[in-house]
Amino acid sequence: MGRILIIAEHDGEQLNPSTARCLSCAGEFSGLECDIAVLAKDGQRVCEQAAALDGVRQVIRVDNDANEHALAAVQAPQLAKLAENYSHVLGPSTTFGKDLLPRVAALLGVAQVSDIMSVLANYRFQRPIFAGNAIVTVEVREQDKVVGTVRTASYATAAGGGSGAIETQAIDVELPDHTRYVGTSGSDAGGRPDLQSAAVVISGGRALGSEENFKLIYQLADRLGAAVGASRAAVDAGYIANDHQVGQTGKIIAPDLYIAIGISGAIQHVTGIKDAGTIVAINKDADAPIFEVADIGLVGDLFTIIPELEKLL
Amino acid sequence: MDRILVCLKRAVDYNVRIRVMSDGSGVITDGVKMSVNPFDEIALEEALRIREKGETEEVVVVGIGADDCQQQLRTGLAMGADRAIHVRTEDALEPLDIARILVQVAETEKPGLIMLGKQAIDGDNNQTGQMLAALWGRPQATFVSKLTLFGTTATAVREVDAGLETIEIDLPAVITSDLRLNEPRYVKMPDIMKAKRKPLSTTDLEKLGITPEARVSVLQTEPPQTRQKGKIVADAAELIAELKQKGLA
Repeated sequence: MGRILIIAEHDGEQLNPSTARCLSCAGEFSGLECDIAVLAKDGQRVCEQAAALDGVRQVIRVDNDANEHALAAVQAPQLAKLAENYSHVLGPSTTFGKDLLPRVAALLGVAQVSDIMSVLANYRFQRPIFAGNAIVTVEVREQDKVVGTVRTASYATAAGGGSGAIETQAIDVELPDHTRYVGTSGSDAGGRPDLQSAAVVISGGRALGSEENFKLIYQLADRLGAAVGASRAAVDAGYIANDHQVGQTGKIIAPDLYIAIGISGAIQHVTGIKDAGTIVAINKDADAPIFEVADIGLVGDLFTIIPELEKLL
Repeated sequence: MDRILVCLKRAVDYNVRIRVMSDGSGVITDGVKMSVNPFDEIALEEALRIREKGETEEVVVVGIGADDCQQQLRTGLAMGADRAIHVRTEDALEPLDIARILVQVAETEKPGLIMLGKQAIDGDNNQTGQMLAALWGRPQATFVSKLTLFGTTATAVREVDAGLETIEIDLPAVITSDLRLNEPRYVKMPDIMKAKRKPLSTTDLEKLGITPEARVSVLQTEPPQTRQKGKIVADAAELIAELKQKGLA
């Protein structure tokens, strides 16, 4: 029998909810226990959060100064070493996991299954291709370790209430120094919820017309306690920073309510919101493709509709 | 640096709306327009700009596949690459074998950078660059939206979920491009003519010592579940009423 190892995503302080979504995916395998590896400079807090997730057998704490920032080239050899004791290695299909897991797979000499959306059997999975326009069922050879990234929008976060043990391990592998972290500039969320885990998301598109006008989206989001997203066109036009982009090349999300304002609904955008509970579209073009996937559509000028909505909320 | 290798994948054109075969055996590619994977095109554009700044001598494009992938290599030459290498194979290779092949090509060509798209828009795997960097034992900068070279090192700005991350890497290294790295140039007719005379060499898996494996088998391909088209409401008040009814406002 095998065992699953999940690579924790975290910022040194907080465990990213993507890890709890991977744990839900791990729960779809039959008869496999699940451990979580936390690579950090000082992983105590993150390990405690991971150990509290329901379904975790053990959290493996690997402290190393080299792990202060998540660099794939540094983490991959450590995980390849840890993976020796596991049949399956999973990580989230976020930019963190997408960067890291293929490097781990290559070191292990095995394939990777990207964007697992469903586990049909311990070696059989479903995943999207062609920007979600087709779904394939794939099978990995049972003699190989399975390395996979989990399409986080396909899974809910695992519940708390677990009590996994925390075991500290030192990993004896040589780590490269050819890759060095410099810094990260993120947009200030302004106290709004995180785009990838928010229950309500309001996104704006090119029709907003300017960075100044995009403030309308923020105001409405604050009324609803929503996170703010954007189409690629709005990001390309400079109305908002890249970390707000929703879609195939941005974030793939599954909020309870998604409101698309002034977004035409290119296939790459729709791919990122397919799993939303309810999709609302507001667009002045009645033929915009976004209306094909919207549960509720409103045709009209966003500059009159947004103030009306604000008054009504 | 002496040269940059850029990998060009032949993929279904970005504008094609693909359809799944009714027997579930794959997607329909017969008669469908094929192009250079757009992310690879961005990688090539960046390599050409680096050469135009005088920071490399040569840009070499590499394609792996059947003879028809030479069309995409010619497109790369028309964009401005100096020469092309075609690794001929009839097999549909997995990313790990593609990475193994590219390592062999790198052993011969000794590039300062290997550049490719962050993913191909057909398989959406997003693996090849990372696997290549692992097997080559070199740094990787994935999802790059800005690249600056400083002789033996480079800084790369990466589009990550938290925003923009900057890393410093030693060269040689693998770079995978994101959409906002640049806007690729249009190919002009005289360049297409010129590209026909540029050198294109071929090799194969046997010469490179690679035996591909089928580690992952595709059992079935099916169309995705589609969302039902919903209702159109008349105004903001009706929209709010609908949301309230669903318990969402």
